[in-house]
Amino acid sequence: MLKKHSPSLETTSEPLVEMHNAGVFRAGRWLVRGVDLAVRRGEIVTLIGPNGSGKSTTAKTAIGVIKPSEGHVHRSKRLKVGYVPQKVAIDWTLPLSVERLMTLTAPASRAEIGAALEAAGVAHLAGRQVAALSGGEFQRALLARALLRKPDLLVLDEPVQGVDFTGEVALYELIRDIRNRTGCGILMISHDLHIVMADTDTVICLNGHVCCRGAPQSVMVSPEYRKLFGARAAEALALYRHHHDHTHLADGRVRHADGSITDHCHAEDGHHHHGDDAHDHGHDRSSRAQSDGEPHAR
Amino acid sequence: MLDDFFTRALIAGIGLALVTGPLGCFVVWRRMAYFGDTMAHSALLGVALSLVMQINLMIGVFLVAALASLALLFLEKRGALSTDALLGILSHSTLALGLVMVAFMTWVRVDLMGFLFGDILAVSKLDIALIYGGGAAVLVLLVALWRPLLAATVNTDIAQAEGLNPERSRFVFMLLMAAVIAIAMKLVGILLITALLIIPAATARRFADGPETMAVLAALIGAASVVAGLAGSLEFDTPSGPSIVVAALLFFVLSLAPSPLAKTPDRVTEDRP
Repeated sequence: MLKKHSPSLETTSEPLVEMHNAGVFRAGRWLVRGVDLAVRRGEIVTLIGPNGSGKSTTAKTAIGVIKPSEGHVHRSKRLKVGYVPQKVAIDWTLPLSVERLMTLTAPASRAEIGAALEAAGVAHLAGRQVAALSGGEFQRALLARALLRKPDLLVLDEPVQGVDFTGEVALYELIRDIRNRTGCGILMISHDLHIVMADTDTVICLNGHVCCRGAPQSVMVSPEYRKLFGARAAEALALYRHHHDHTHLADGRVRHADGSITDHCHAEDGHHHHGDDAHDHGHDRSSRAQSDGEPHAR
Repeated sequence: MLDDFFTRALIAGIGLALVTGPLGCFVVWRRMAYFGDTMAHSALLGVALSLVMQINLMIGVFLVAALASLALLFLEKRGALSTDALLGILSHSTLALGLVMVAFMTWVRVDLMGFLFGDILAVSKLDIALIYGGGAAVLVLLVALWRPLLAATVNTDIAQAEGLNPERSRFVFMLLMAAVIAIAMKLVGILLITALLIIPAATARRFADGPETMAVLAALIGAASVVAGLAGSLEFDTPSGPSIVVAALLFFVLSLAPSPLAKTPDRVTEDRP
């Protein structure tokens, strides 16, 4: 059941969703600005960045939950989205079994529900109440629900949150399987700045704007890494080594690689590649501290 | 059969309970109890305005309750005060405005107690027709909107991302609430309407394993409360509206007792390791 998609989308290589210089301005500040990204069928794009860097905002803008204040978002016609938000809090007073959760936004046959739960590895939980699930079980149930829609684009906001390391690896394997089997595009947000899924095609690092982007380094081969996480982990995860050409200072100003200091960074920053002078994400701690009040004024 | 006032009251009350049960479930799930109260209180302002403008009471109440909910949406968007405080302001000021306006209208004799606490025993055949007509319309809309409304209740972003338009669901839901308040006012009075929305739904929660069963159970429990309340009111000569609410409360208290039918574990024992 997971193999079917709308044929109209399969034949075209046009992006499922495309953002051009998109920005979201809320409550007097820019949550995110100057975002360019595209997700094509069969492609996995991962967004990383510190808290408050606009990852969720970017994902929500991509699928139309948030309207961009500037720039453009283009979604292909009749795009079917499967969405797993970062936080789903279901009121205790609402009785909801895993099985009922599956048909939340669209009807489905029993066989389809069973297959989706099976694919997400939670078939045994079908009759359980959602409120009684553990964090990892709930994530998988939500993933099954999104899968069931046979989406063209799967959007996963921190899919491995609340999941232990073994579970994290297993979930990443599952996500890769889904992509391989259904050929859908996947836009994913990672909660970890440095570790992303090895199968990610493009990593985009956000911090109020696109800081840098690139392919994650292929599988970690260092013996220490394998010893620490196991060979299986090395197959599913990869360290993303990225280089920033500017540093966010504690007072909100930005120091660029050439030593100049400006009031704020620009959307075009971070696009050029360089090697030797770069720091491996040395700025993320400081930007975390000040990202809430970052004055990205117009 | 309809010539007997008690039978008319029973039929009208049961008709109302069948609508407030399912709608009340959403009020409970969406934590909108105070919101429902606010809309109900604004009904008295609706009564006063209808009398001034000489329009049908039900229509006036419906319009004012709907306007109150729109006002709340607007004020919420401005974000100057918390929803809780806004509700407090709207709820009591609309009620007070209504009371003051009614007091000014010396030329009409207004049965204030009737509006505040209802007079189900004075229900006419026309009222019954309105309750069943309006009630059926509300239920049909609720069933038609069930999926988007439930999806928006669980998670607005999912509903929006997957094309179910939660904003529209929310708007229609408010109109349905306004309609039910307009229908229910004459029966249980504006001060007690929310009780019929919330108490049967809360009682049903314990025996329901899905949202749909909870809605049906709430409707049935509400109907049983009407029957028990009216019977009690006849037996003990107590006011009918409050008696129905007391009956609903009794069912709720009974539902808290340990029962083999309960679908949810007792939360107190659940928390203990």
